[in-house]
Amino acid sequence: MGAYFSSLNPTALWNAAPGGLAQGLIWGIMALGVYMTFRVLNFADLTCDGSFALGGATAVMLILKGHSPEVVLLVSFAAGIAAGFVTGFLHTVLGIPDILAGILTQISLYSINLNIMGKANQAVPVGQVQVHFTSNIRYLGQTIALTLVVDVVIIMIYYFFLGTELGSAIRATGINPNMSRANGINTNAMKVLALMFGNGLVALSGGILSEYQGFADVKMGQGAIVIGLAAVIIGEVLALAMFGKRLDFVIRLTFTVVGAIVYYFVYVFVLWLKFPADDMKLLTAVVVAIFLAVPNLKEKRGNSFSGLKKRNAKLAAEIAGENAAGKEDQ
Amino acid sequence: MLEVRNISKTFNPGTINEKKALSGVSFTLADGDFCTVIGGNGAGKSTIMNAVAGVWPVDTGEILVDGVDVSGLPEHRRAPYFGRVFQDPMTGTAADMQIEENLALAARRGQRRTLKWGVTAKDRELYKKLLKTLDLGLEERMSSKVGLLSGGQRQALTLLMATMKKPKVLLLDEHTAALDPKTAAKVLDATDRIVNENKLTTLMITHNMRDAINHGNRLIMMNEGRIVYDVSGEEKKNLTVRDLLAKFEESGEELNDRMILS
Repeated sequence: MGAYFSSLNPTALWNAAPGGLAQGLIWGIMALGVYMTFRVLNFADLTCDGSFALGGATAVMLILKGHSPEVVLLVSFAAGIAAGFVTGFLHTVLGIPDILAGILTQISLYSINLNIMGKANQAVPVGQVQVHFTSNIRYLGQTIALTLVVDVVIIMIYYFFLGTELGSAIRATGINPNMSRANGINTNAMKVLALMFGNGLVALSGGILSEYQGFADVKMGQGAIVIGLAAVIIGEVLALAMFGKRLDFVIRLTFTVVGAIVYYFVYVFVLWLKFPADDMKLLTAVVVAIFLAVPNLKEKRGNSFSGLKKRNAKLAAEIAGENAAGKEDQ
Repeated sequence: MLEVRNISKTFNPGTINEKKALSGVSFTLADGDFCTVIGGNGAGKSTIMNAVAGVWPVDTGEILVDGVDVSGLPEHRRAPYFGRVFQDPMTGTAADMQIEENLALAARRGQRRTLKWGVTAKDRELYKKLLKTLDLGLEERMSSKVGLLSGGQRQALTLLMATMKKPKVLLLDEHTAALDPKTAAKVLDATDRIVNENKLTTLMITHNMRDAINHGNRLIMMNEGRIVYDVSGEEKKNLTVRDLLAKFEESGEELNDRMILS
């Protein structure tokens, strides 16, 4: 035990923190995409795993072809929009349930991504091409600043969009589709639009991550949805704790990114504790399960059948005790 | 003007659950008509409402609004013609959105939704004025979530949303059935006022015979997917609950407790 603690190096944790922040900010964009489908549209969209890798694959291949980093990321974004459209089409036109529609797109994207890259992974030749986002320690500060700017700009556009007539129509579709149709909203079109927007952000995030880590892998999106959900949920719990019930969308969106950052700090910390990297996905799942369960369990406390049974039993015991005491007095 | 021409609808055709919900229903509402629809469970009251609103396509027949055939249009494209209030207070509004946001959604019924800001300061003024007419104090709570309102408040709000952009026909689907008697009376009063002020053509389903008699200038009774009694004018004015009960028995309708008790 002592040997374990003495093997932990505080400096290493300190050095790993900026990397965690950068990754958190990049995955924050992904989480904003998940927020659109999962929270605004109320649609469990599993396309994300595929569209995230799609963004990475298109970015790396275009960088290798010599395109500028800006164009590359725009194409990643567009590719994600296309992926979202496919899921939306499967769901609205062909009537496939939401989770299945997402899985179908996700699994087809696995093959598509392999075709795009020609093999399971492709590296960006470091130093030979210009990228804006890099994990190179010398430019890490710049990368973090730039990613922060990208996050802020996306949150601003996102917030504005949700307040527009179109954004309101998407929100209404997620909350009450019957009412939306009665008020002339084409709910199918809104669903497709939200899926396109959400997956566009997810793919953009994948593109930036592949620049940052210097490669794209066909499996880089595996479990991305869970990380996105973790960010959304951690962010919500934190925002609720800090701001109470009255949350506007600026706070909600900002805390989605904060959730992603917190997730990556925890990730870095747990790795620093020498937790095996292979078990990280298990850990993520456990964390998400806990955060999803806590609000429910909290509500159940004081509002459960077993609780009532216990309280009644206690009361009965007290009354019985008093009666017994009364008899003794007589 | 609403013309319903010979519409029929069978649910789950060819299965053991096959149900002929509407068989050859025809009626015409003139401009300004306020027609109540009454009938037992499964008589086809709500079905006729959903057919008109376009929740699903009818099997045969036509539905015309001011001479325009809308029967081939999906629900959201028919919305410009109809204002709707539902039986369940949860159905008519978006609970997790503010009162003013709900009104803004309704105000744009039949318009293209663009990237213009959803609720402007000018909108807010108008909504405030409209909410005041309900006399529920909602004008002071415009940024509250609708989910915080009571059932009666939500129905009143839905009624306002259904009529703020004047519909060709107002469709009320037992919109007071889920409310307590006092609140129901209030919402019905508001309905009468709004319908009269805007001279709306209205179709109101109810299971309450007294309401069916006291409101509107026309009454339709349905049984087994058909119209069995259609009365208007003086005859409607002089109608009593006893007359209606007699008509029910005549049509072979089994009276259910809900109707007798109400």
